[in-house]
Amino acid sequence: MRSLFGQPVTRRLLLAGGALLGGVHAARLALGGAAAQTHGPGHAMPITDGQPSAALSAAHASHGGMMTVGEVDTARNGFDPHTLLTDWDTGEVIRDDQGRPCREFVVEAIDKEVEIAPGIFFPAWTYNGRIPGPTIRAVEGERVRITFRNRGSHPHSMHFHGIHSARMDGVPGAGDVLPGGQFVYEFDARPFGCHLYHCHTVPLKRHIHKGLYGAFIVDPDPARHPEHEAVARSRLLGTPENREWQEFVMVMNAFDTNFDEENEVYAVNTVAHAYSKRPIVIDRGRPVRIYLVNVTEFDPINSLHLHGNFFDYYDSGTTLTPTLRTVDIITQCQGQRGILEFTYQDHEPGHYMFHAHQSEFVELGWMSLFDVRGEVA
Amino acid sequence: MTTRRMILALAVAAPLLLIVAVAIAFLAADPLRSLTGAAPPVEQVTVERQVLDGDGIGLLVRVGGTEPVRIAQVQVDGAYWTFVQEPSGELGNLSSAWLRIPYPWVLGETHHIALITRTGLAFEHTIDVAVATPDTNSLGVLGMVGLFVGVVPVALGMLFYPALQVGGTRAFSFSLALTIGLLGFLLVDTLQEALELAADAAPGLHGVALVWLVAALAFVLLLAVGRRKGGEVSGLALATSIALGIGLHNLGEGLAIGSAFATGAAALGTFLVLGFTLHNVTEGIGIVAPLVQEPPRWPVFIGLAALAGLPAVAGIWLGSYAFSPHWAALALAVGAGAILQVIVEVSGLLMRRSATQGTPWASASAVLGVILGVTVMYGTALLVQA
Ligand SMILES: [Cu+2]
Repeated sequence: MRSLFGQPVTRRLLLAGGALLGGVHAARLALGGAAAQTHGPGHAMPITDGQPSAALSAAHASHGGMMTVGEVDTARNGFDPHTLLTDWDTGEVIRDDQGRPCREFVVEAIDKEVEIAPGIFFPAWTYNGRIPGPTIRAVEGERVRITFRNRGSHPHSMHFHGIHSARMDGVPGAGDVLPGGQFVYEFDARPFGCHLYHCHTVPLKRHIHKGLYGAFIVDPDPARHPEHEAVARSRLLGTPENREWQEFVMVMNAFDTNFDEENEVYAVNTVAHAYSKRPIVIDRGRPVRIYLVNVTEFDPINSLHLHGNFFDYYDSGTTLTPTLRTVDIITQCQGQRGILEFTYQDHEPGHYMFHAHQSEFVELGWMSLFDVRGEVA
Repeated sequence: MTTRRMILALAVAAPLLLIVAVAIAFLAADPLRSLTGAAPPVEQVTVERQVLDGDGIGLLVRVGGTEPVRIAQVQVDGAYWTFVQEPSGELGNLSSAWLRIPYPWVLGETHHIALITRTGLAFEHTIDVAVATPDTNSLGVLGMVGLFVGVVPVALGMLFYPALQVGGTRAFSFSLALTIGLLGFLLVDTLQEALELAADAAPGLHGVALVWLVAALAFVLLLAVGRRKGGEVSGLALATSIALGIGLHNLGEGLAIGSAFATGAAALGTFLVLGFTLHNVTEGIGIVAPLVQEPPRWPVFIGLAALAGLPAVAGIWLGSYAFSPHWAALALAVGAGAILQVIVEVSGLLMRRSATQGTPWASASAVLGVILGVTVMYGTALLVQA
């Protein structure tokens, strides 16, 4: 009898055997299976109109059962993926020795257990206790001065994408900070665009997937771009033109909770399914701009697909005219980023999905919704 | 109470109290703390049973490890899926709970499940071939399979009884030796299966140690019961012992078939059932061998066939509806102990007969019988794999 469990039995054989086994019984089993399928809701993900069949309980009514169970305690985490979307850290502007404007920031590395999906706790390393770290936002040409303190248990650094000197690179030998130590990174904010920063201490994979990364946005200086001044002004935080836009930062990330170099949780801004459980509210009358950054570790690429709409894309955000027009999917390698612009002006109000177009990532947490509101003209 | 008794009581109580005191002191001082440090908790989750029906997938999970476990999320085929846990909340060491997952499983396909705990550990479970779990409506069908696997072949084997009688003394010795051979195979087979199941059980239950202990206990106990009237066992008593040992083995075979139904390895189908059936024909010969020189009344044969074969029915029912690796392992361990007892008794009978006839007990026909017994069992076991 050990052969039953001990031997690899081919699937074909299993199926053949199952079919041969007492006709009535096999038929009944098959019917049972068919019944399960008929009742199964998972073929579509009905949001507004679809109703799951009564056979399966209401617990999974909104997403066909494909959903995490429970809620993340954002108070305990100390950050909320919804407030992260628009939480710009503009630092403090002072005048430096030469009288130029200088933007000062303080960032601390902190070890912290973060709830990345309901009930799943990840022993993270963070910048300022949150993942992603603060969205550092400056203006093209400004001096940027970041005081980095390492309150964590391992050496860390801040490596900024952008143009800077070798001494300010935030790599081992140039800006690596031991626990308890401090380093001041100083450089000019350029080029304008949507960048990122992350820890560059080795082992690199571990330091990044533990949570040490964030978005670094450099707004264009309209005075330097007379040919596209209006566009530049719309990007510059605080201008009346900019206030017309609904801007969000979205950092695509993932977590390997059991350290097997495969991710168990995928998300935008850390918490699985955060924006599908509580959709992002959009005013259909105003255009949308997304600063999208991919820092997904272990998977070569990540993507964003927008439902029912198309967008213009600015690769790295370093141009004022789109590098891709009218697309509905953008694919980014790890470290790649860009700006998406689109509008729901001509759409009816409702829930509009956006998600990675790798179905694996979707079902492991990277699935989101816009809740488009406003009167239909 | 006499002084003597008081001294005795004190002599027993004092060391006991000291043991308790030392244990408390050890726990309080926790000298191992510096070695374990802030080591993450060790979690263990074992899936003991799975049920597939119109409501989706049900899993009976058992926690075994040094730390209580909270199952935070469930992935099915790489997707987070809603689920309900009964009872809900944190699961203490060795406690169990049902997870009900409304997942639209697909007939005949493989499904991978991962249970993600609070700390992000993933415990994986595979549904090899998804088929609906038999429900109570199929008790009858399963019972028929049990009769076919258990009672029918044993009865067929018993039909060799007249041939054994005709064969005379040498045939008798030969068939006893044959019985030893086939029982030897069953012993190894049963133990191996028990140990495999024990390895699948929750680690906290120490299944492998239990298997050996229970097998040894069953052996000693059955030996004592068999010889409680003194002297050696022979004839009908021995046949009954053999039937009991084989019955316990067939209980294990039934569990295997039943749990294969329950776990969807429905393969079992025809090949498995036929293999077991052929395999069990030899058992009938073994049971009647000791009766050659003292023929019983015919109802005795029916009783023996039932004793050896009916447990297969019980096994199939239990296996399909209430399968847990540790219970199955224990049942098989008892079977192994019983089979060993029978081997000892049959060997004793064989040696006594050789002594009375003045022939060496390791005669050519005896050795040939043992080898043939093992070979036939091995050969028919190959059929189960086919
Ligand atoms: Cu680091």
